[in-house]
Amino acid sequence: MNSSIFIPSVTHPIGDFIRSNVPIPELAFLINAILCIIGICVVAFGAALVLVYVERKVCAHVQCRLGPMRLGFHGCIQTVADTLKLLFKEVYAPDGADKFLFYLAPMVLLTAPFLCLCMIPFDHNLQVANISVGIPLIIAVNGFGVLGILLGGWSSNNKYSLLGGLRSGAQMVSYEISLSLILLFIVMMAGSASLMDITTSQSGTILDWWIFKAPGIGIVAFIMFLISSTAEMNRAPFDIAEAEQELTGGYHTEYNGTAFAMFYLAEYINLVTTSSLATTCFLGGFLPPAIGVAAVDHALAMVPGLIWFFAKVGLMIWIYMMLRWTFVRPRVDQLMALEWKFLLPVNLLLLAAGAVFLALGWVLP
Amino acid sequence: MTQKKQLPPGFREVYNDSNCEEFFVNMGPQHPSTHGALRLVLRLDGETIIEIVPHFGYIHRGIEKQAESGTYLQFIHLSDREDYLTAIQNNLGVVLALEKGMGIGTTERGEYIRVMMAELNRIASHLVYYGCFGGDMGGQTPLIYGFKEREMIHDIFDEVTGSRLTTNFFRPGGSRFDVTDTFIPRVKAFLDHLEPTMKDYELLMSKNIIVLERNVGIGVLTREQAISFGCSGPVLRASGVPYDVRRSDPYSIYDRFDFDIPIETDGDNYARYKVRIAEIHESMKILRQCIEKFPEGPYRSKEKPVKLLPGNYYAATESAKGLYATYVVAVSGDKPYRIHTRGPSFANLAALNTMSQGHKIADLVSIMASLDPVIPEVDR
Repeated sequence: MNSSIFIPSVTHPIGDFIRSNVPIPELAFLINAILCIIGICVVAFGAALVLVYVERKVCAHVQCRLGPMRLGFHGCIQTVADTLKLLFKEVYAPDGADKFLFYLAPMVLLTAPFLCLCMIPFDHNLQVANISVGIPLIIAVNGFGVLGILLGGWSSNNKYSLLGGLRSGAQMVSYEISLSLILLFIVMMAGSASLMDITTSQSGTILDWWIFKAPGIGIVAFIMFLISSTAEMNRAPFDIAEAEQELTGGYHTEYNGTAFAMFYLAEYINLVTTSSLATTCFLGGFLPPAIGVAAVDHALAMVPGLIWFFAKVGLMIWIYMMLRWTFVRPRVDQLMALEWKFLLPVNLLLLAAGAVFLALGWVLP
Repeated sequence: MTQKKQLPPGFREVYNDSNCEEFFVNMGPQHPSTHGALRLVLRLDGETIIEIVPHFGYIHRGIEKQAESGTYLQFIHLSDREDYLTAIQNNLGVVLALEKGMGIGTTERGEYIRVMMAELNRIASHLVYYGCFGGDMGGQTPLIYGFKEREMIHDIFDEVTGSRLTTNFFRPGGSRFDVTDTFIPRVKAFLDHLEPTMKDYELLMSKNIIVLERNVGIGVLTREQAISFGCSGPVLRASGVPYDVRRSDPYSIYDRFDFDIPIETDGDNYARYKVRIAEIHESMKILRQCIEKFPEGPYRSKEKPVKLLPGNYYAATESAKGLYATYVVAVSGDKPYRIHTRGPSFANLAALNTMSQGHKIADLVSIMASLDPVIPEVDR
């Protein structure tokens, strides 16, 4: 459990197997790292492919439509076809664009969610890097993503893109504050910033998850997390940076082909990352919902943690999607007012209340 | 130090803010929210709008000029293509003017067909407004919902007139065809479906906190401004002017029905929204009364060649967007010397600059949606 900050370690049985069978430690380390990269890529790309399809289907059914139906069973390989189409398109920059920054932007944007995914514990032994400062690092890395959007908006040489980039910069920087405060609340409650420790601190029944364990304030924190993470992800209803109706696509107006696909991919990996974070912090991560309840304990323990984890992530994603397809978009100044005049004070109060609850021992055992 | 800047053509607002780095954004003619090929040049201070200069004419087809080279009947289908969302009501306006020139009217059944089709068209147009209004604020779901019920109306139109959008239905003396036997049951079934559905739709938008925040007090058009811009329809009534041609100058048989003219006094986006939603309910009221009294008999008066006596003829109707008036100058024979139509969208859109000054770009989009303009009618 005592992992260092700097050395990523696969604690999975496969990792142990490699370590004990490959004679050269450096080579074992290399194989480990490559396996991590492949694993994360599979999770990220697989999730993005599935999610684009799921989002189209959820959206369609909310709107009394059918969604993609032609390609494969119920249109299930539509996303693959769309991705292939995007990959084969020519990528070009608009006249007068800053070419270097223009092509750099999607890569920068894509890096952040990938890095976050490395710190998420998917199961007891399935985590790329168990870092003792996991939460602060996730906050820091997440902030890196805004750079991609700003660069994309700035380098496109398009006024709509510029407005979108500036909007998004202001929005993400603001909402990062309240997101960080809520995560700090969880860190304070769990007594550790490592995501693995936060998960294990919730072992027990469903009442031991942080959403219920801190009576009352846990659920408030969860709702605050939902709001500010939606804004942080730039997802509708807080998608003022894209704002198709106003800015024709905002920061990615001028992108096409692979570059656009990367923006799209980043959006959905971000969704997975944020949902994973919510699952880990509030919904007990990979733990089954009733540990220690004699009647169901054995049956629930048979289901792998990975399944529990992705079931909860699926629930979170479904909530995000329903939010997206229900509400209209607030205006840019209203969004800022919501953060600075409402969310930030409430979150500060929440943090203080959490401290009081801890000191008085009002947190459920 | 303020230096004299040369403004692009059309801008005349004096704006002296030394901290302001104003810039110009070209919105349209290819833009998702300009409801067609409308080009707006925005003068911005950050995201705040200082002034807007609209440029019309990207889809000018010379409809009024085309009318001069055809017969009277050949103009009716051109009027479909002005405001394609209210094609039936445009037909009605043109036909009423022609009937004045011919000195004929239509039969009882013909009048009922006209009123029912026109009111169905009003509901369809307002449903599109509902959809676009939500859609322009970023809600894709209201957009699809509005269009969903509108499709059902178009199915009815399809059955009655043979086409869904550009119906070309009315003729001097009646209409092209009689309605089918299934018309009345279908309209009845549709109304029974729409009534609960509208409750759902209002639940989605009317009290939604984000919708309220974004629309109450935005795009205010005072009573005086609305009158001076020549606005009409829901835009005018939302500013507190109780003017509806159906009530103030009844045409067809509108004087026989019991319905209200919804008025709001705030003159903002939300007032216009409320007026239009209330109008959907009023139209449903009219339709229900029509269904009860729908008479048998001939659907049109005796067919006569369309020849107008020399003179000027004017007919005003209340389309879903506002006052739709036709002015026909007949000199001789079966061809018009000149036909002019006064469409509501053009006059309503003129108020856009006044309404959106000082607001954000996002508000401009919702203000424009609340005016509900159709650009082909603006450009003709």
